[in-house]
Amino acid sequence: MENFYHRTGGYPGIFGWIFSTDHKRIGLLYLGSMFTFFLVGMTLGLTMRLELIAPGTHFITSQTYNALFTLHGVIMIFLFIIPGIPASLGNFMLPLQIGAQDVAFPRLNLMSWWFYIAGAVVVLTSLFTGGGPPDTGWTFYVPYSVRTGTNVSLAVFGVFLLGASSTLTGLNFLTTIHRLRAPGMTWFRMPLFTWSLYATAWVQLLATPVIAITLLLLIVERSFGVGFFDPAKGGDPILFEHLFWIYSHPAVYIMILPAMGAVTDIIPVFSRRVIFGYKAIAFSSIAIAVLGYLVWGHHMFTSGMSDFSRMIFSLLTFLVAVPSGIKVFNWVASMYKGSIQLDSPMLFTISFIFLFSIGGLTGLVQGALATNVHVHGTYFIVAHFHYVMFGGTVFAFFAALHYWYPKMFGRMMNEKLARTYWFIMFIGFNTLYFPMFILGWQGMPRRYYDYLPKYHAGHLISTIGSWILATGVLLMFYNFFRSLSKGEKAGNNPWNAATLEWQTTSPPPTENFEEVPEVTQGPYTFR
Amino acid sequence: MSEKHLQNEHIDYTGSKLGMWFFLFTEILLFGGLFLIYAVYRAQYAQEFHNTAHGLSTILGAVNTIILLTSSLTMALSIVALRQGKKNSSIVFQAITLLFGLAFLVNKYFEWSGHIHEGLYPNAPELLSRSHGEILFYGLYYVMTGLHGIHVVIGMIAIAAMLWLTVRGNVSGENFNKLENAGLYWHLVDIIWIYLFPLFYLIT
Repeated sequence: MENFYHRTGGYPGIFGWIFSTDHKRIGLLYLGSMFTFFLVGMTLGLTMRLELIAPGTHFITSQTYNALFTLHGVIMIFLFIIPGIPASLGNFMLPLQIGAQDVAFPRLNLMSWWFYIAGAVVVLTSLFTGGGPPDTGWTFYVPYSVRTGTNVSLAVFGVFLLGASSTLTGLNFLTTIHRLRAPGMTWFRMPLFTWSLYATAWVQLLATPVIAITLLLLIVERSFGVGFFDPAKGGDPILFEHLFWIYSHPAVYIMILPAMGAVTDIIPVFSRRVIFGYKAIAFSSIAIAVLGYLVWGHHMFTSGMSDFSRMIFSLLTFLVAVPSGIKVFNWVASMYKGSIQLDSPMLFTISFIFLFSIGGLTGLVQGALATNVHVHGTYFIVAHFHYVMFGGTVFAFFAALHYWYPKMFGRMMNEKLARTYWFIMFIGFNTLYFPMFILGWQGMPRRYYDYLPKYHAGHLISTIGSWILATGVLLMFYNFFRSLSKGEKAGNNPWNAATLEWQTTSPPPTENFEEVPEVTQGPYTFR
Repeated sequence: MSEKHLQNEHIDYTGSKLGMWFFLFTEILLFGGLFLIYAVYRAQYAQEFHNTAHGLSTILGAVNTIILLTSSLTMALSIVALRQGKKNSSIVFQAITLLFGLAFLVNKYFEWSGHIHEGLYPNAPELLSRSHGEILFYGLYYVMTGLHGIHVVIGMIAIAAMLWLTVRGNVSGENFNKLENAGLYWHLVDIIWIYLFPLFYLIT
């Protein structure tokens, strides 16, 4: 059976990939690029953790440390987790899930990947040219980002290109879902992963341009000194923070919504039950996307804002917990009385629910005004967003990777090894990040290069955790690449799932389906 | 391949329109950030904005408004002409639209050079000696009309490409959605100017 790996489009070697407009090839291009950047970001993180193993200076300077946390943030956020699940697995699975042959604009899809790579190259170039790697933190707050001599302008331009890539991907997915659903694929027969991509795409489309203009203004400010953010010229630095978070809070939902969608597809398959509350989950994705626009102020409770605005932002922040809670309860309800199979995708999924719940609930601690003042700018925040971003999004990403691996590559991953490193990662993750909650509560500020001896125990445990977690991640990559050739052959539908992507061959042919599928039932109807 | 190829040849007219409208949303939000900054500083420095706007030439601004509005008309006429099968008149209308775009930029160039000549440009000693409201007014003026100017140039490149495709016959009475999308973009450029004109020239 000929599959899409055989169809090079007439280009030799690697050009058959980087010039391909096939959504499956583009999805794998993203996956490979993101893996690379993830490993780079992880190395930077490990280096920081090693420096923090004990109080005092060890092997890097404070300026290097500032560059490290900036780059760790920029790489992990803009190069890994924002393209994340949608650009890689979403690209591959979306047309398959709705019974289409490709996305609506295949050439635009390829262009998005090129924008992504161009942005990555520009960001990485900024490390080695000009005044050295940026040291502002990934948030690029003025006035420091305007005054620092490091290479902020170039890095910011790279992020601008990455934003263009993300916007165009969102545009493409929206049009695809509106126009290319197979006959019978009504809105409420769509898999919930597709629903989550739909909600995400709207956020990508409507939030990213705001960061684009904000970053352009930062470049203009550095080059021409216009003064929008400079009090000496009548400007207001807080305005930058507002503009930045008007994008960057919705961006949090660009990261987490597809992860929620992926676990929603996995849970029914491994519980052998129809999803509980299909419509509630679909609409809660939309609700999160809408509410996500209105809560940016909670990043700025201590920046200077009227009490009234702070109360409104706090209230709205609590409201976001409602649709998130709806999802969690529906996932758990779907598992209730199910015939649960603890294969690796399900193990990652269940740990996702656990870790995401911790991350979400500690978010409420920060959403409340009084406690926010206490934990703002501390390790508590660092722990919180690693619990939602890593424990949430990345664990779900790994779950989805194990789930869809047989479809993408036609082979199974080594299941025994997968369960082993799942356990190592789960232990390592909590050892690494849980002590940070306590450190933050005790007052350890984030982004500090050194600390008082009383924080030593927490930092030491955390650093040991980082080694355990990294071991698990490396084992996963080993399994991933080894199984490409050594894995046992997978059938078309090894997990007995009911969604459309499993009804075609593994790996799928270039046209995805032999003939256009007719959809007659919902996505979680198991026989 | 053949079947997929055929499907690609078949153009989804509605899909292409939908994608273009989504793209226009992103453009509006891109400018939206600037309109937000304008609103904040206009509220903060209302009187100074009012006084500073005297320094802009309403006549030049009005001429540019007329130029852009007329160019939107010629753009629309070129699409109508193509759909009626009048290829040549469509080409003429597209060329006129391009010329109007060029006229707008030339006008803008003289306007900007006039201000720069007076020492009224970002970070200039003359401008920095003036009030905060005036500094921010001119900052917004350069950034917003500058970004708009870049969009005019992009729109002209798109129309020039359409002109070429129309001459070659790739864009035709049966296959005109590319030209329509370029037209939509040009109207967006026009509409943004419709807002910039009163916000900078007519607030005195």
